[in-house]
Amino acid sequence: MQEYRICGRDEIPDGGVRIVDMGDLEIGVIRQGGKLYAYRNLCPHQGGPACEGVRMPRVFDNVDADGRFIGQEFDEGELHIVCPWHGYEYRLSDGVNVCDAQLKLRKYEVEERDDDVFLRV
Amino acid sequence: MNTHERLVTDQRDLTSEPFDTRTHLRHARQQAEARGYDEFFIVDVDSHHYENEASTEIASYVRNDVLRNEILYQGISRKGITTGFGQYQDLGGRLTRYPNRKKEAVPETPHRDVTLMRRWMDAMGVDVACMFPTPLLNLGLSPRVDLEVELAFGYNRWLCERVLSQDRRLKSMLYLPFNDPEACPKIIEEFGDHEGVIGFMVTTTRYKGVYDNAYLRTYRMLEERGLPLGFHTGLGGQEPGLSTAANRFLVLHALGFAWHNMVHLSNWVINGLPERFPKLNVMWIEAGLAWIPFLMQRLDNEYMMRSSDAPLLKKKPSEYMRDMFYTSQPMEMVDNREALELTFKMMGAESQLLYSSDYPHWDMDLPSTIYDLPFLSETAKRNILGGNAARLFGLEPELSGWKKERQQQKQEAVAV
Repeated sequence: MQEYRICGRDEIPDGGVRIVDMGDLEIGVIRQGGKLYAYRNLCPHQGGPACEGVRMPRVFDNVDADGRFIGQEFDEGELHIVCPWHGYEYRLSDGVNVCDAQLKLRKYEVEERDDDVFLRV
Repeated sequence: MNTHERLVTDQRDLTSEPFDTRTHLRHARQQAEARGYDEFFIVDVDSHHYENEASTEIASYVRNDVLRNEILYQGISRKGITTGFGQYQDLGGRLTRYPNRKKEAVPETPHRDVTLMRRWMDAMGVDVACMFPTPLLNLGLSPRVDLEVELAFGYNRWLCERVLSQDRRLKSMLYLPFNDPEACPKIIEEFGDHEGVIGFMVTTTRYKGVYDNAYLRTYRMLEERGLPLGFHTGLGGQEPGLSTAANRFLVLHALGFAWHNMVHLSNWVINGLPERFPKLNVMWIEAGLAWIPFLMQRLDNEYMMRSSDAPLLKKKPSEYMRDMFYTSQPMEMVDNREALELTFKMMGAESQLLYSSDYPHWDMDLPSTIYDLPFLSETAKRNILGGNAARLFGLEPELSGWKKERQQQKQEAVAV
């Protein structure tokens, strides 16, 4: 495993993404809610640039104890990475697809030290 | 642990990066190069543009003053989610090309649609694309027959003059205003010989039966001219049976797109139209593939018990279905490899299936959806990706610019 300095801390604003191209490997470095995440920028569905889309909260059907549908709501506690090609959704926290846990975005270690962002590959 | 940057070849800051189709589809281009698409011809038989963005231009081609004024006033587009038509297919902003497409910068010439088509085609490795409209796909459900006729003429005139004539890589099967059977032959007469016109298209989101004697002249004209007739399905969001029962887009789309083609294909076969027009090539567009084996089995089973309902038939319905052509997208590919392989076998996919992307719509398929199928031979892949379309439409298999350049580079490398 090697470590690479990617950019300065201020160069990825909250909600921002930096795509790091390393030859045949692209990694998306995402800052969301003050935390950094790094995933391979490749959707296992049709190969879309998964990290280049939006982040959206999980949607859930609010159903009460009697089984009555109340409405749809956002779960702000669970953000998803959404592949911009077809809408496949992956949990921001671990890169696992929300419909099929067999599908995952490959995760990489990323951290901030001093004023810089470092990626371990 | 070493700290260095020597392997990072490029970085893109998405915060400030404008939307561009070529960037959006960069991975598609990588797939095209990795799979050697430059070695063979690829045709996309069902792609789209957003003619509603050119509503003002199209209006100027509509000859009826009243309707032209109406189009100028309210545009062609549907009116969004408040219409109750289930129109939220862009997934609430999750698919970035929907909101960002309008911001994409293009040169002043050629026409914007030509530039956008070329960009995604080159990214995917598509050499020739048959383009269809988007909102107009639902026009057949409008009770305003005069509007359908005027818009069909106006749209077709505009498409031929402003788009198809600009690039021979762009083709279309032109819109037939099927609610007016007398207008259809006039459309074929006026546009049938125009550059880029490779057939005609009927949207299946409509109530008119394809068996009506009123359409015989249209079918005969197409058969005599050797022009295929395509049936393009749609959502049918304003179709009462589906839209009143399905409250979510997923249901409406999953069922609607298959349903409308199933209705009209069944009518086509059971009324004996393949026997009455044996040389007319018919194609079913954008309903995916899973419905085909279902319908083959259903129709064969019932035909054996009720042949008096279909006395013109000389063979089973599934055999007529195997003579027809189908586009591939949206190909059902989740955990169903065996079913997909059987589907290909039942429909005779190697000669009857034609690749389609449906780009830029939300459920688009790349050529790799066909190319990566493990049960197809290289010949079958190439037939489905382009050879079948070249034969059906009489297309010259000319490769696009970047493919020719890549081939030349390869030849030069070998020579060195």
